[in-house]
Amino acid sequence: MNPKAKTVTQNNTGEEVSAEKEARDRQETLKILKSFGRKRENLIPILQKVQARLGYLPREAMMEIATHLGIPEIDVYGVVTFYNQFRLNPPGKHSIRVCLGTACHMKGGYITLDAWKRRLDINQGETTPDREFDLDTVACVGCCTMAPVTVVDNQPEGKVEPTKVDGILLAFELERGAEGQKTVR
Amino acid sequence: MKVDESPTIASLFEEIKSQADSHWQELFDSGQPVIVVGTATCGRAAGALDVLKAIRDELERQGVDCPVFEAGCLGHCYAEPLVIIGKPGYPPICYGYVNPVIAERLVKEFVVGDNPCLEFVLGALEANDLVPSFADFPRATYEKKIVLRNCGHIDPTDINHYIANGGYVTLSKALQMSPEEIITEIKDSGLKGRGGAGFSTGQKWEICRNTPGRPKYAICNADEGDPGAFMDRAILESDPHSVIEGLIITAYAVGVRNGYIYVRAEYPLAVERVRIALRQAKKLNLLGRRILGSDFSFDIRLFEGSGAFVCGEETALIASLEGKAGMPRHRPPYPPTSGLYGKPTVVNNVKTLASVPQILTNGAAWFASIGTEKSKGTAVFALAGKIVNTGLVEVPMGTTLRQVIFDVGSGIPNGKRFKAVQIGGPSGGCLPESALDLPIDFDSLTEAGAMMGSGGMVVLDEDDCMVEIARYFLEFTQRESCGKCTFCRLGTKQMLALLSDITLGEGTQADIDILKALARDVKTGSLCSLGKTAPNPVLTTLRYFEGEYQAHITEGRCPALMCQHLIAYYILPNKCERSCDACVGTCTVEAISPNKKRIKVIDQEKCVKCNTCLMACPPQYNAIVKLSPPSEVPAAEK
Ligand SMILES: Cc1cc2nc3c(=O)[nH]c(=O)nc-3n(C[C@H](O)[C@H](O)[C@H](O)COP(=O)(O)O)c2cc1C
Ligand code: FES
Repeated sequence: MNPKAKTVTQNNTGEEVSAEKEARDRQETLKILKSFGRKRENLIPILQKVQARLGYLPREAMMEIATHLGIPEIDVYGVVTFYNQFRLNPPGKHSIRVCLGTACHMKGGYITLDAWKRRLDINQGETTPDREFDLDTVACVGCCTMAPVTVVDNQPEGKVEPTKVDGILLAFELERGAEGQKTVR
Repeated sequence: MKVDESPTIASLFEEIKSQADSHWQELFDSGQPVIVVGTATCGRAAGALDVLKAIRDELERQGVDCPVFEAGCLGHCYAEPLVIIGKPGYPPICYGYVNPVIAERLVKEFVVGDNPCLEFVLGALEANDLVPSFADFPRATYEKKIVLRNCGHIDPTDINHYIANGGYVTLSKALQMSPEEIITEIKDSGLKGRGGAGFSTGQKWEICRNTPGRPKYAICNADEGDPGAFMDRAILESDPHSVIEGLIITAYAVGVRNGYIYVRAEYPLAVERVRIALRQAKKLNLLGRRILGSDFSFDIRLFEGSGAFVCGEETALIASLEGKAGMPRHRPPYPPTSGLYGKPTVVNNVKTLASVPQILTNGAAWFASIGTEKSKGTAVFALAGKIVNTGLVEVPMGTTLRQVIFDVGSGIPNGKRFKAVQIGGPSGGCLPESALDLPIDFDSLTEAGAMMGSGGMVVLDEDDCMVEIARYFLEFTQRESCGKCTFCRLGTKQMLALLSDITLGEGTQADIDILKALARDVKTGSLCSLGKTAPNPVLTTLRYFEGEYQAHITEGRCPALMCQHLIAYYILPNKCERSCDACVGTCTVEAISPNKKRIKVIDQEKCVKCNTCLMACPPQYNAIVKLSPPSEVPAAEK
């Protein structure tokens, strides 16, 4: 694909990505690839690093990785879709991970998940249209004693019941309000 | 690998040890109080980092400069955040349920002043006349800490703490023994793998050592995929060097130069602490080329998993390390004969490895004297669910479930009744009251239909539905099945569909028989233990709680009032207080409103069954109840 031929392309979810963003992602990917040898065993660490940098795994990045390792593209895609950690669409600004491990489930994690879904108006695995939040589930983050747990931006929060969901969202809203004021000023 | 420079190993280590000792001693020599904050994941979820900051800020305001360090998990997770203050003249005291306000007070009144704030004390770490110590707790009679001995007491990011507390001594001694001697010692100790299968560790090492083929590999399995277990996380976060030391000794005994620690992706803090620990061990030449001047070289790579339960299975884990999708393969050949890249490979669990240095230090006979005839040593459990003292426990094998749940865990909270305990995660089962006197060991749990598994123990009370938990585990295994075996892939899907029907009140009598038949087929038709054990949660709940299945099927009723489709929330008009509207305000979907008599009524159409109103209703009224089946709700009187 010749990047010059088009000014916009579509990412995995069909959203349009600007040419600059695409070029930037490509640069980042190539930079990461340079630090890894061309061995198959590096595939998962590479994918992890690219996702950490770009937030998700764009199709172009997966193709670059396949070329770098000299393996079929389908092998990269197969690994990406096998593991729960990898995502094919861009994340929201804030990540919400509701724990549905045994302890959290039995203490009402499924009710908490419902509350998040209702408030954010999205399903698990989705991102809000304004790209503020993405919602997903995780199976035990190892602090079962604080069940039900929700991991908000990589920080586990204990005892998250529907009212605390509202509290957490309110805090984000206030923060956003404060930032908004700053830019206005 | 013959070592003939033994004095060098000993003297090199002596040097490292004396430096570590003086570093550790400095903490106490300053005459200042030493403050320790538990910041493992469990502590962080409870706000330990805020507590740590409050302590640092207050110390600065007070102008006191005393050592503060972060430690791991003491096992008393129910009381997190935990702070330990060791002040000269006092026993080291552990405070529980600390928040930033309490933290400030502790600094002001105890660190600076002389009031040990007894109202916040959880227990002292040593016996004394002032406050009860942990040793006086009833649970202390049952606990025996071997693997967890350092957890919560040392700074996991400072190798000197580990060394000063007896760490790496065993490695220095092991390097002066012959590999065969070490293997014999481990075999004699009777240590069995703690990852689930319970295979003799010494035998596994011997097979791998005696299999020709180079290079060989050693892997620490820290994938801990059981979605209700956190022992391995706690150990890696609290005492990573004990696992690393165990892995180095394994490598020396088996003849391995390259090792891996495979950590689960969901454990970022464990990853970080292991990474730091590896770097520090390397710096002191306890890892790397020619360890402690011997001719043994060994390197460890940290590999992060990517979130797939099946990767805990050793052959899937190996596939994952090779950069492939983590699908198990047929065994035999077992990894000790053909593992990573087809080479001889030992895979051991975190707890297995952490036991190794202790066994070599104290001798095989010591370890073999703990536990039962067939299961030696201790078992580490993660207690969670409906139990008062959630957290980590380590007890000798052979302790009964009742002792662990009621004596160590202090039983069920809120005066509820015990119903079952789920052991071994998705591969295990739910054991009822009648099984509580079973001694915990590999054989008796399997006999009862459960499994030792990894050590997750989730306690369930009368509010937990047994059909729902079976459905939950099937949903988990069905999602995590890698899809290789037809029975595992499709059988679990069918079982899940049947169980879902039952929890929706749409099950039939015939479903029970189909479930049993499918369970048998999935067990026999699957390659790895994921499929082989997936039906266990269903089989045990059917075996011990068939009545609950029947209530769902014949009456459309969930006896535990848990299955959302089979319950409704209802406000008892004779109990609802006119002047109170606690529920109206908290309802997350505005489904509650007062009627003409100002009695609150739930609009069943709008209600999402989020339980918020039930918790908001003041206890003196207790007017909100759950009814099952939902048809129990009287016709609306609006
Ligand atoms: C589905 C499945 C998941 C497993 N998960 C783990 C795990 O999370 N941690 C672990 O140590 N062993 C796990 N095992 C067991 C490993 O296959 C292997 O037996 C173990 O790591 C060997 O170490 P040990 O001898 O020290 O127990 C799992 C097995 C299966 C079938
Ligand atoms: S079950 Fe949620 S943290 Fe373990």
